[in-house]
Amino acid sequence: MNIVVCAKQVVDVSEMKVDPSTKKPILQGVPQKISDIDKNAMEEAIKIKEKHGGKITVVTVGPSDAKERIKELLAMGADEGVLIPYPDKYDYHVVSSLLTGAIKKIGEYDIVLCGEASIDLFSGQVGPRLAGLLNIPQITYAQSVNAEKDKVVAERNMGDKMVTTESSYPVLITVTKEINEPRLPSLMQILGAANKPINEWSMESLISGKLDPIIETAELKGVPMERKNIVYQDDLDESVKKLVDSLAKEGVLR
Amino acid sequence: MVVVFSDDEKLSLEMLSKGSELAKELGKKLTAVIIGKSDDTLANKYIAYGADKVVVAETDLGSFKAEEYTGILENIVKETNPEIVLIGSNKNGKELAPRLAAKLGTGCITDCTNLYVKDKKLTAERMVYSGNAIAVEQFTSKPSIVTVPSKVFEPLSKDEKRSGEVVKKKVDVEKVASKVLKVQEMQTGGVNVEDAEIIVSCGRGFKNKEDIKLIDELAEVLKGKTIGCSRPIAADLRWLSEDHWIGLSGHKVKPKLYIAVGISGQIQHIAGMRDSGVIVAINKDPEALIFKSADYGIVGDLYEVVPKLTNAVKEKMS
Repeated sequence: MNIVVCAKQVVDVSEMKVDPSTKKPILQGVPQKISDIDKNAMEEAIKIKEKHGGKITVVTVGPSDAKERIKELLAMGADEGVLIPYPDKYDYHVVSSLLTGAIKKIGEYDIVLCGEASIDLFSGQVGPRLAGLLNIPQITYAQSVNAEKDKVVAERNMGDKMVTTESSYPVLITVTKEINEPRLPSLMQILGAANKPINEWSMESLISGKLDPIIETAELKGVPMERKNIVYQDDLDESVKKLVDSLAKEGVLR
Repeated sequence: MVVVFSDDEKLSLEMLSKGSELAKELGKKLTAVIIGKSDDTLANKYIAYGADKVVVAETDLGSFKAEEYTGILENIVKETNPEIVLIGSNKNGKELAPRLAAKLGTGCITDCTNLYVKDKKLTAERMVYSGNAIAVEQFTSKPSIVTVPSKVFEPLSKDEKRSGEVVKKKVDVEKVASKVLKVQEMQTGGVNVEDAEIIVSCGRGFKNKEDIKLIDELAEVLKGKTIGCSRPIAADLRWLSEDHWIGLSGHKVKPKLYIAVGISGQIQHIAGMRDSGVIVAINKDPEALIFKSADYGIVGDLYEVVPKLTNAVKEKMS
């Protein structure tokens, strides 16, 4: 089974600070990591490989330091990494075209695995876009995947419904955070990852002609959160009484 | 033309409201798309709520499939050449819109919380970085595909006198190498947090599933009766069904009163409740992030605070 895992390097949003005056997020100096749900996709790929054998290739469109992040996925169990450096300007159209170019260059593949969305922007576009560009079926929001020899059956969390979908190969699957617990590589695996190849493929080698973004980010605005921030923390009975009085004044007790 | 599609009727009505505003501004017509069985009642309803035209793509496809629905919408878009396509941002819509955008080689912005025309370009706002910022994005391609979550826009009031055209056509769907084997309704508690006026929510501060009855009782005396929760309670521990889940990937709510009990206030949770009227936080950690997003807070052990609060509210209201 040949599996391609698409992974993205993102800022660790839990470490992100907001500028107190402008309310805008501070993006500089925030630690980078592989988007959490992409690690779930990686884990699922390893499980499938353990069952059927084959090869796992990780593909990332990202900055040059994303190589360090790809090493983490090689340590987990991927066989080979591919880094496509970010073009000057990019959007989902550009990124998914590049990933599609890379998957076609890899050639034979049975499953493309992605996280349902990346934790930084949470658009969830790359998976369905890739499936569309590759013209293959898509199984999104998979919460469990059972890959058999010639078909895959997945249970998908579609909000108010659980949908069981079957597909032949090749297929694109996006997974949710709940599907598995990504493994932590051992020291031996981390050391071993240094010998696994990471290829760098340029945009020009994947795309013929021009590839320009069609969405422009005009601005990144802060989110105003004006709250009273009255906190009672002394005598508990007194605090409760004050709170109830305040709620009554707010007119929310009926 | 502006096109609106969702398999969720309520979402369609909400988008028709925004759609008719955008259509007017562009001097274009508004078309609603129905995929599936022919439904005259629904088609007429869409007209009463703002559509100039309803296209009914008749297919015997049993349940939603992104691949086939993409094909159907792709044909409609190619025939009608719309400026804007609005798609409801439930999970079906969110797997449909990007696939459609890829097929058409066009731009797509998901989960828009605001939508307007600026400098002649469709401009969309969406939450990014777990609710820490709003990205303002503009389309430079046509059609502009946007997905809209529920409750972002208010439907227009119903106007039975509006008239419009209903076009029905049978559509053939291309064979796809995947199929739906089973559709199961998720086990739900039958709650609708998005419509609730008062919500009491629980988080990791609760030690056992049984303890949730504490907030049940508080919700009861507040006449709210609706309880919510943060991600771990619904997604990991599964103490409550997912219809209780409030947050970035759960439900977005705006009740008059929101009480967060034992919730630390991760930004993902805040993103789901930040538009609430009055926010109250109860947490034993005075440094908990939730207090920054609250109007009122009590620092204390929820197992002590909640019963006292329930009694105090009961007394106040009697």
